[in-house]
Amino acid sequence: MGLLTPDPGLLFWMVITFGVVFFILAKYGFPVVIKMVEDRKTYIDNSLKAAREANEQLANVKLESDKVLAQAREEQGRILSEAAATRDRIVKEAQERARREGQRLMDEMKKQIETEKESAIRDIRRQVAVLSVGIAEKIMRSKLADEKAQTELIDRMLDEMIESSKQ
Amino acid sequence: MISLLLLLSIPTILNAQESKAADIDVNELVFGHIGDAYEWHIATFGDTPVSIPLPVIVKSSTGWHVFCSSELEDGKEYEGLYIAEGGVNDGKIVEKNAEGEEVRPFDISITKDVLGLFINSAVLIVIMMACVRWYKKHPVEQGAPRGGVGMMEALILMIYDDVIKGCIGEDYKRYAPYLLTAFFFVLVNNLMGLIPVFPGGANVTGNIAITLVLALCTFLLTNIFGTKTYWKDIFWPDVPTWLKVPIPMMPLIEFFGIFTKPFALMIRLFANIMAGHAAVLSLIAIIFITVKAGPIINGSMTFVAVVFGIFMDALEILVAFIQAYVFTMLSAVFIGLSRVKEHEAK
Repeated sequence: MGLLTPDPGLLFWMVITFGVVFFILAKYGFPVVIKMVEDRKTYIDNSLKAAREANEQLANVKLESDKVLAQAREEQGRILSEAAATRDRIVKEAQERARREGQRLMDEMKKQIETEKESAIRDIRRQVAVLSVGIAEKIMRSKLADEKAQTELIDRMLDEMIESSKQ
Repeated sequence: MISLLLLLSIPTILNAQESKAADIDVNELVFGHIGDAYEWHIATFGDTPVSIPLPVIVKSSTGWHVFCSSELEDGKEYEGLYIAEGGVNDGKIVEKNAEGEEVRPFDISITKDVLGLFINSAVLIVIMMACVRWYKKHPVEQGAPRGGVGMMEALILMIYDDVIKGCIGEDYKRYAPYLLTAFFFVLVNNLMGLIPVFPGGANVTGNIAITLVLALCTFLLTNIFGTKTYWKDIFWPDVPTWLKVPIPMMPLIEFFGIFTKPFALMIRLFANIMAGHAAVLSLIAIIFITVKAGPIINGSMTFVAVVFGIFMDALEILVAFIQAYVFTMLSAVFIGLSRVKEHEAK
């Protein structure tokens, strides 16, 4: 039965040794390991979550960029068409203005020509009048050389005047 | 395989009578290794034993005595103390009291098992602290450990996640340090016991004093932190009333259960490890028993003994782990049972 009787000396040392081992391991051993393992677990979980989020964001970014690209293309088309319209408008306006300016110049020219012409005509008239008076004088002088002709003329003229006044 | 076993068993039967003379030697050999001793015997060359003397610390009727165990060799007496031979105190240090009877003084000598305990505990602490050092040096971002530290981590997590979390339930964190310590303490002591030469080989977990302390720890943890429901289930269990009154049959059984559970823990570990050591030693002893039976039988038996010895050692490694695991698991189960909450109404 020697094997089945616990020896007090061994019991004493076992209590002390196990106590010390337990104290050291429970204080500095297992909690550290378990804490690290749990930290690692949360770290891995967080990393996975972050990776998933990053993936989602990446997908979003692609979608976003596609949208932006489409918008840009649309804008480009719009700007181009607007530019074309503006160009057309400007050209048309320029043409119109040129046309009007030309018209104006033409009109002015016409008016000036008219005035020139009129003054020239007036000039010519005056000259003609002067000339015709001179010619008439000369004719008169030659024709009214005698008294009889003169009287005849006066009469006729008087008649004419009377007639015109009668009317 | 069976025919081989039969063939091999024939010489054993034939030798049964011849080997009787060596029986006492085998007994001494096996129990000498299993039991405790005041010196650490390593080997005997011819007639000179090679052993490490260990300090003896004794408080006898004449006060404290601290001396080297080599003083007591071969039945020598030192300061009135000597090692008893035969009787109740066989192999222990005794002194003679006034009536001339052999009595044991207060004996806290560093015996073989105590030294083995110290060495194994140091090994355990060194291993664990090496692991902790690794964790201190490597931040979480650097990933999981490999090699030895990884193995320790896997073991710790196996116990922590499967056994402790699974068996105790809610407040498992409070009991985790004790259960992990118990597991690794038992495991290291079991494995060190399988190493045949000096630093190992002491039959520590195969000694009832060791398992007694371990089982006592579980017993205390179970009952000190037991819930109200746990105590109610012991003294007023949920069984038909005639089983409780007038003869408290069930409460009595349940009450004894408190003590039998840790008692089973103590005996299971002690018996398994002790038996394992005994089996291996007996197998090896076959070689020496059959020496007298002639070279052919001795040769064949040596072969058998070595093959079975290897098998037993491999089995013992398995048993070392299984017993550590079982001890931890049952402790966790007992603690878990003592943490029961109020039964849900069915």
